[in-house]
Amino acid sequence: MSSSPVLVLGATSPIARAIAREYASSGHSIFVAARNGDEASRIAADLRTRFQVETASASFDARNFAGHQALVDGAVERMGGFDVAVIAIGELGVQAEAQQDFEKALSIIEVNYTGAVSLCERIARHMEERKSGCIVGISSPAGDRGRKRNYFYGSAKGGFSLYLQGLRGRLAPSNVHVLTVKPGYIDTAMTRGMQTRIPIASPESVAQAIVKAQRQRKDTLYFPWFWRPVMFLVKAIPERMFKRLNI
Amino acid sequence: MTCCPAHSRTGAATRRSQGRPNGQTRSMTPPTTRETLAGWGRYPQFEAETARPETREDVLRAFEAADKRPVLGRGMGRAYGDAAVSPNGLTLITNRLDRMLEFDPETGWLRCEAGVTISDLIATFLPRGFFPPVVPGTRFVSVGGALASDIHGKNHHVAGSFSDHVRQVEILTGDGRIRTADLEHESELFHATAGGMGLTGLILSMELKLIPVPSPAIKMESVRVPNLEAFFRTSEASRDFPYTVGWIDGMARGRSLGRGVFMRGDHAPARARSGRGLLARVPAALRDARWVSVPWALNPVSVRAFNAVYYRRVWHGVARSLASADSFFFPLDGILNWNRIYGPRGLLQYQFVVTTKDGHDRVRDILETISQSGLVSFLGVIKEFGERRHGGLSFPAPGVNVALDFPNVGDRLFRLLDSLDERVANAGGRVYLTKDARLSKARFREMYPEWREWKAVRDRFDSRGRFTSALGERLGLVDR
Repeated sequence: MSSSPVLVLGATSPIARAIAREYASSGHSIFVAARNGDEASRIAADLRTRFQVETASASFDARNFAGHQALVDGAVERMGGFDVAVIAIGELGVQAEAQQDFEKALSIIEVNYTGAVSLCERIARHMEERKSGCIVGISSPAGDRGRKRNYFYGSAKGGFSLYLQGLRGRLAPSNVHVLTVKPGYIDTAMTRGMQTRIPIASPESVAQAIVKAQRQRKDTLYFPWFWRPVMFLVKAIPERMFKRLNI
Repeated sequence: MTCCPAHSRTGAATRRSQGRPNGQTRSMTPPTTRETLAGWGRYPQFEAETARPETREDVLRAFEAADKRPVLGRGMGRAYGDAAVSPNGLTLITNRLDRMLEFDPETGWLRCEAGVTISDLIATFLPRGFFPPVVPGTRFVSVGGALASDIHGKNHHVAGSFSDHVRQVEILTGDGRIRTADLEHESELFHATAGGMGLTGLILSMELKLIPVPSPAIKMESVRVPNLEAFFRTSEASRDFPYTVGWIDGMARGRSLGRGVFMRGDHAPARARSGRGLLARVPAALRDARWVSVPWALNPVSVRAFNAVYYRRVWHGVARSLASADSFFFPLDGILNWNRIYGPRGLLQYQFVVTTKDGHDRVRDILETISQSGLVSFLGVIKEFGERRHGGLSFPAPGVNVALDFPNVGDRLFRLLDSLDERVANAGGRVYLTKDARLSKARFREMYPEWREWKAVRDRFDSRGRFTSALGERLGLVDR
């Protein structure tokens, strides 16, 4: 059992909620933050009731960059520093609407990229000072290649993946680790009702894999595993062909 | 073409567009989808629209987005018939509403959301020395469903039903308001919701009292009972055991009518440890009956043989053992999706209680009717309920309670069950709505004379009939 604190940002997503439970089940104290503060506090209560760990919660807006430092400072003060920070914020948005209305495109970009980067930067400085810790960034295989169906979301996630790569290099000398997670189809509102032959994984299974990968200090995790070769093949398709494909 | 997450929506055609899929932060209406929905018995089946709220707020958004269409909460889908399907409306699946909000180890009171399951409660609290106050025959039910069905367990004769251990419930009612109901405030709504089959509104959360137990194990005794008289004698002699139940061979006839195995038990004293049971050691994938369908194997000869073996498993006299909570309370959970064994036509469970003084004779008469029908009935369950009853649509009433499973063979079975309805009604009894898929409105009204007062309360909170189910429409519980 360890009580080393874990920070979960964007805690209301099913994946983040499962990650928080996974850490809490092995005794970590948890600080949960989400846009909806009421929901964040309900999640904190759930972790406390189920696992008898210390918890706290706060609300924040991924697009309000100016508020991010105060959020991280407040959380650090409350829990006395973090060993793990999970950045699980994200917004899929609606591609067609974003093409019509740039405000919507901007929101997708700011939540998935700029906002995520802003939060990571502040956590990075905290962990750099402590010379220990791990940042877990939830990105997406959608960021591996730009596609017409979701290129705002995809490019923001792709940018975030690249950012995490760079951050990994920067923090390595400080003994701070960075894990990039690219979850495939997970059983969330995003995939519910989707007709596909690809198996849809439970939030609990991806959460277990993430915590395990974080403890093993892996760099990149595709989940389930087959998304790695799938995305390798998708990336290998020549652009000349790819642009005509309806995927 | 299949590709990356977050876009490849080959199922777009089957997916309604209201409420766009949304990943994480933005609050939107949960997406709806059409799917085939049925109860645990897999009869009847419906094409129904469903949504799965992730949060309490999602529930409100889905309710509003449904506009004037009917809605219904559905927990784990373990009601056997048509209780948890709203075929003409939106069925809201509540399994993601599973937050445990507060627990007081001094008193055992737990506040939690409706989608928390009995299994969840046991996994969380049994290691800490607490157990749910009432558990049904499966761990895989939600507490919301447990309250809506006012479930009973092997301890009904001492502990009453589930609602006896709930002091407060938070409900989204048909007028769009969230109400907190308990024994003092909105007590009519509280009573109508206990056993109300989800028709008074969607249960969001509740306060429920867990009981302290000295160990995770159950000290149990199995007694072979050669016939119905022996069952009643054993049941009478076992009143001091907090948990009692009989397994009954639904196909035994003549002098063996009602033979079976009587089980009784109590939480074992501190430091008692039990094995995990044989089945629990088999990997889940191998215990899953999802891919098995052997309706042809369920014929009178094979089932008779199976029941006989089960009966002879217990030697003469009393067999004492230390069991895990799982193997004592939930033996069938060892085989996942066991309902699939009955094949695509599914199964019907007939569960009833008779309340008249000559209840023993009434049960004998009913069992004789079943065994003479030539229809197949697997091992069933028989238990004498305690004195408590709750009115409204709550099922348990003082008397003898029997449940039997039948493969759905169509008309012959339905005719048999219709004739049983008459016998049950004449014996001051009723069938359990949570197991029912076919009771007629007229018989229902005979069996539950309290329905009228119940409905008056329900209608007060839902004048426009926002909460409906297939069962509710079949039995005339809702007006639309």
